[in-house]
Amino acid sequence: MTTTVEAMHGSHAGHDTPRDATPPVFYVRDEHAHEAASTALGFWIYLMSDCLIFAVLFATYGVLGASYAGGPTAKELFDLPLVALNTSMLLLSSITYGFAMLAMEKGRTAQTQGWLAITLLFGLAFLGIELYEFAHLIHEGAGPWRSAFLSAFFTLVGTHGLHVTFGSVWLVTLMVQVARRGLIPANRRRLMCLSMFWHFLDVIWIGVFTYVYLMGALR
Amino acid sequence: MLETLTTFLFGRLSLESFPYHEPIVVATFFAVLLGGIALVAALSYFKLWGYLWTEWFTTVDHKRIGIMYMILGLIMLLRGFADAIMMRAQQAIAFNGSEGYLNSHHFDQVFTAHGVIMIFFVAMPLVTGLMNYVVPLQIGARDVSFPFLNNFSFWMTVGGAVLIMASLFVGEFARTGWLAYPPLSGLEASPDVGVDYYIWALQVAGVGTTLSGINLICTIIKMRAPGMTMMKMPVFTWTSLCTNVLIVASFPILTAVLVLLSLDRYVGTHFFTSDMGGNPMMYVNLIWIWGHPEVYILILPCFGIFSEVTSTFTGKKLFGYTSMVYATVVITILSYLVWLHHFFTMGSGASVNSFFGITTMIISIPTGAKIFNWLFTMYRGRIRFELPMMWTIAFMLTFVIGGMTGVLLAVPPADFVLHNSLFLIAHFHNVIIGGVLFGLFAGIYYWWPKAFGFRLDPFWGKMSFWFWVIGFYFAFMPLYVLGLMGVTRRLRVFEDPSLQIWFQIAAFGAVLIALGIGSFLIQIAVSVLKRNQLVDVTGDPWEGRTLEWATSSPPPGYNFAFTPVIHDNDAWWDMKKRGYARPLEGFRPIHMPSNTGAGIILAGISTVLGFAMIWHIWWLAAVSFIGLLVVAIGHTFNYNRDFHIPVDEVVRTESERTRLLSGQV
Repeated sequence: MTTTVEAMHGSHAGHDTPRDATPPVFYVRDEHAHEAASTALGFWIYLMSDCLIFAVLFATYGVLGASYAGGPTAKELFDLPLVALNTSMLLLSSITYGFAMLAMEKGRTAQTQGWLAITLLFGLAFLGIELYEFAHLIHEGAGPWRSAFLSAFFTLVGTHGLHVTFGSVWLVTLMVQVARRGLIPANRRRLMCLSMFWHFLDVIWIGVFTYVYLMGALR
Repeated sequence: MLETLTTFLFGRLSLESFPYHEPIVVATFFAVLLGGIALVAALSYFKLWGYLWTEWFTTVDHKRIGIMYMILGLIMLLRGFADAIMMRAQQAIAFNGSEGYLNSHHFDQVFTAHGVIMIFFVAMPLVTGLMNYVVPLQIGARDVSFPFLNNFSFWMTVGGAVLIMASLFVGEFARTGWLAYPPLSGLEASPDVGVDYYIWALQVAGVGTTLSGINLICTIIKMRAPGMTMMKMPVFTWTSLCTNVLIVASFPILTAVLVLLSLDRYVGTHFFTSDMGGNPMMYVNLIWIWGHPEVYILILPCFGIFSEVTSTFTGKKLFGYTSMVYATVVITILSYLVWLHHFFTMGSGASVNSFFGITTMIISIPTGAKIFNWLFTMYRGRIRFELPMMWTIAFMLTFVIGGMTGVLLAVPPADFVLHNSLFLIAHFHNVIIGGVLFGLFAGIYYWWPKAFGFRLDPFWGKMSFWFWVIGFYFAFMPLYVLGLMGVTRRLRVFEDPSLQIWFQIAAFGAVLIALGIGSFLIQIAVSVLKRNQLVDVTGDPWEGRTLEWATSSPPPGYNFAFTPVIHDNDAWWDMKKRGYARPLEGFRPIHMPSNTGAGIILAGISTVLGFAMIWHIWWLAAVSFIGLLVVAIGHTFNYNRDFHIPVDEVVRTESERTRLLSGQV
């Protein structure tokens, strides 16, 4: 019977699953998924694409990290205590962002805002120390144009710093939005995205700290 | 003093930047100007600006965005093809002491622009356009996951195209070849704006491409109709998923490597310079780590199109669905492991070259499996030779030749002989025209009735088909011969008169392709005029098998009044066979995203930012950068991004379809 019908349609590859006698359901009346459902996944994929940019910069540093062109070497330039201080600023900011998210889960707006503000301060401290380091290096004649090693160093660390800068601008924006509308679902979603972004930058920094600074000091 | 002021105001831009001394460019400029004025006048006369703005430019409907991508791709095809025919003409006449009609300054821009435009602004928009249009319909969704981002992505692609077109009349384009290898693209060898146009056009468009990749991955993962498990997705959706994974996994590399090149040019770093520790070969490695996946980004969706077309027009289920999916996934992974075959001559040694040679050859296995799957689908089927099927068969014949020359080039010793020769040029045109372009044509003919509610005129379609296919063989088979004789690519004049006949044959082929493009444009015009005769009211003109054929043509803004439930790979075929009755009542209001102008505004500012950076107009760059931030942040303060289509409107739309369907029977 089935074969006859399919032959009429010119089909030779029949369905291999058995068919019920009752016609199946072909549509539902309920509404379908919306933007909100995909945001976390979408933002996660974006982070992975950003991660690839850092992968390129790490690889570039890996290739050029010893191309000093007769200029200063990593060992001569890096001030590990300063970088350790800087690292602690960023790690602390990640913890305080975590506290902000915990407060958000409990629906405490003021507490969330407070932790976000502290996160921002740590982030700005991190940026301040990084800018001081850069200015110091450039002052010593070790700017990004001095050698391929320094080009790769400034670009990798600077790109991370640029991300922290954008994260800070975003954080301020979200604080204003939370102040205006409270912890509504849209704002919670946004805070969650920034949280992923902020922690992502922390992970990248661990890579920078280990691969660039610690291994550079050993080189 | 005055000089300081003009430098501040206009950067490097001066009257000398306008190529008014190049007659070809001036003539083109006036043609474009007249055309532009005519277009603007027509739009104003028919009072269409408001309509275009509210219904198209600001739309978040994936179908309209898809159509706009297709229009962009086709317009840019004309530009890219104009470059092609200029090269063919130059090479056909530049013998026996003749310099041809293009000087080297111009010729080098032409071959660079041809490559960049054809890949980034023809193939990419056409592929993205088809995915945008078809994927949400195939999976039974109302729109993509992030409709606003979709609009923004499209306009960023347009922004890149605008910058490339601007380089034709303001300043000049890169003279480096389409991948802008340093040190040639570095500041010392290319101090002018050409490479900067290249960089900024690709960066602006690249943002759009990456975001659109993320968007479509989310759409396919998250928005499938109930019942559609991964292994029940239509093959085109599968290949789109793999393509978008490749986009997200490769375009950031392009972005990063172009940033590094920009730093070399703007800041004076030493990534790719020949001195101070820089390493130009690193650029070549990095850009091909993007560049090889890129060719699979283009071809995979076309494989999906061929699968849909073959199965539909033979009236059979696709042979080997599972193997087709796995072949696609394997190609996706392998495409990442072959990049070095683009520069075996770098000298990385026998072991490295062997590795990349072997991985390259391995790709032909899943690809071959696909070819056999299509052939077995056709085996004992009732093949209907409609236009999409004709393109599919032309593809199978042509692509196999291109694939085989590819395997030949994958052998490192052979590549040492053929590297950078016209043999290589013939090979990649063989796979990109024979694969991607033929696939896009198959897709355009196949889905046109879905998008517009009428078919394309078959007579002019067949004219276009035969001109294209025959023209392709005339244009590129001679290049294989020339390449085997040792002729390298990108040459402007030739010494050996015995070569001329091959270039003349190739030029003849290019003329045939021109006729093919002309026939295609005539076909669209004729079909629009004859649309009442070519009309299709069923929404299913080809006896389709997948879900996009279940709704009307063109589909309503909400695609499906009710979310479909899927039981089979060929969901619509299954529905038709098992007595699906279209719901006629019980409609509800439908939740939809609202249109927004933020996308086009942001992309417009980005384009201005790119232009300012190209010409070193720092104040404008700063202003547009701040503008970008302000508009982007301002947009996030808009929380009202959706609305409900009232139930009356849904009822009206659906009753209209009921009326049309009953009139048909």
